[in-house]
Amino acid sequence: MLKIQGGLIMAGNREFLNRRLHSLLGVIPIGLFLVQHLVVNHFATGGAESFNKAADFMGNLPFRIVLETVIIYLPILFHAIYGLYIAFTAKNNAGKYGYFRNWMFLLQRVSGVITLIFITWHVWQTRVAAAFGAHVNYDMMADILSSPFMLTFYLIGVISTIFHFANGLWSFLVSWGITVSPRSQVISTYFTIGVFVVLSIVGIRAILAFI
Amino acid sequence: MSENKTVKFIVTRQDSPDSAPYEEEFELAYRPNMNVISALMEIRRNPVNTKGQDTTPITWDSNCLEEVCGACSMVINGKPRQSCSALVDQLEQPIRLEPMRTFPVVRDLQVDRSRMFDALKKVKAWIPIDGTYDLGPGPRMPEKKRQWAYELSKCMTCGVCLEACPNVNSNSSFIGPQPLSQVRLFNAHPTGEMNRSERLEAIMGDGGLANCGNSQNCVQSCPKGIPLTTSIAALNRDTTIQAFRNFFGSDNA
Repeated sequence: MLKIQGGLIMAGNREFLNRRLHSLLGVIPIGLFLVQHLVVNHFATGGAESFNKAADFMGNLPFRIVLETVIIYLPILFHAIYGLYIAFTAKNNAGKYGYFRNWMFLLQRVSGVITLIFITWHVWQTRVAAAFGAHVNYDMMADILSSPFMLTFYLIGVISTIFHFANGLWSFLVSWGITVSPRSQVISTYFTIGVFVVLSIVGIRAILAFI
Repeated sequence: MSENKTVKFIVTRQDSPDSAPYEEEFELAYRPNMNVISALMEIRRNPVNTKGQDTTPITWDSNCLEEVCGACSMVINGKPRQSCSALVDQLEQPIRLEPMRTFPVVRDLQVDRSRMFDALKKVKAWIPIDGTYDLGPGPRMPEKKRQWAYELSKCMTCGVCLEACPNVNSNSSFIGPQPLSQVRLFNAHPTGEMNRSERLEAIMGDGGLANCGNSQNCVQSCPKGIPLTTSIAALNRDTTIQAFRNFFGSDNA
C-alpha cells in the first residue's frame, strides 16, 4: 500500500478513496463510454451497412486493446467489485421508509446487480466471441436478438444499465459536493430523469433496429 | 366518550442484551391527552398483561419529557421517534413499541446510544478554547449565520437518523448522519473553524462521510428538522477540497 505523507492514500483513508473513485469511475470513463456505445449502436437504425461501418471504425481504432483495458475493462471491474460490496452492506428498508430517494437507493443497488449480470453476458457473447474469431457486425446482433428471450434480456439489461447510470450521475453530483442545496438536488433529479429518458429511447431504438 | 374506552399496546420486550426478544400485549384504560410515556408509567404501576398475568415493568429511557433530550427514542408503529411527544390520540391502535435495534438493546425498550457519543469524540465535535492564558472573546458570528447554526445545534443525539439509515447496520462501520452534521456546525463557528481540517480528516477516515448512500431517510426522519443531507453534501464539497490539499500539498493559507 502506498504511503504518501499528507494522507489521501493512507491506510485509514482507503475507504474514502475507494468510494470517491467508485463514484468517479461510474461517470468518467464508464458513463461516457456508455453514451458513446449507445450512440454508435444507434447507427443500426440506418440499416446493416451503416452499423457495420460504425462498428468497424470503432473496432479498428489504433491501440484498441489499450483503450478498451484502460477506459472500459479495468474501471468496470473495480466499479463492479466495489459496487457489489456496497450493495450488500446496505440493509434496505424502502418498505418501511417509502421515500422517493430511498426507493432510488434500493433501485440503484438492484439495477447495479442486474447490469453486472447483463454486461458479463454481453461481453461473453460479443467480445469474448470476437476473440475466438467471430466477427462483430449487424448479423451477429440480429442473430442474438432473434430469440425472444434474448431480446427481453437485452431490453431489461439496457434499461437497467441506463437507469444505473442516470441515478448514479445524481449521486455523483452529491458525493463530490457539486449539488449541495435541496433545490440543486431537485433540479439534478429532473435533469437525470431526462438523461434516463433520452438514453433509453436511443438504446431501445438501437435494439429494435436489429429485429 | 364511553367510560370503558381502552388503549392497546404491543411491546417488544427483551430481558437482557443477549436474550431473544418477545412480544407482550397490554391494555389500559384511556385517559385524555395520554402519551406513550404516560402509558408506560401506567403499566409500571400495574404490570399485568392482557392475559391477566403478572409481568415485570417495562424498561425504557427518558429524561426531559419535552422532546429536547433525545433519550426516549423508540420505534413506535414502525417509525423511530420520541415517545414523550407521541400522543396516543394521534396513533393507530394497537400501538406497537419496539427498541431501536440499530443500537445494542439493554433491556426492553432501552438501548445503548454510546456509539453516537463516541462518534462525536471521534470527529472532535467541540470548540477548543482552553489555553494557558485568557484568549479573549473570539471573533463574532454574523446574526444570519447564527440563526442557521442554531438549527444544526438542535441535534439531541436521539438516534432516529441512524435507525432510519440503511447504511448504518451491523455490516458497516458508518458513523451515520448525526456526527457528520455536527462537524458542519463546529466548522461553521468562527473559532471552531480554526480546527476545520482536523474534523474533515476525521470524517474522511474509515466509517466516515463517504459511506453515505444518499437514501436521504435521515432528513425525512429527523424530529428536529435538521437539514442533514445538506450538511452531508456540503461536507462532501469540503472533503473534496481537503483531499486535493492533502494529496497535492497545501501551504495552509
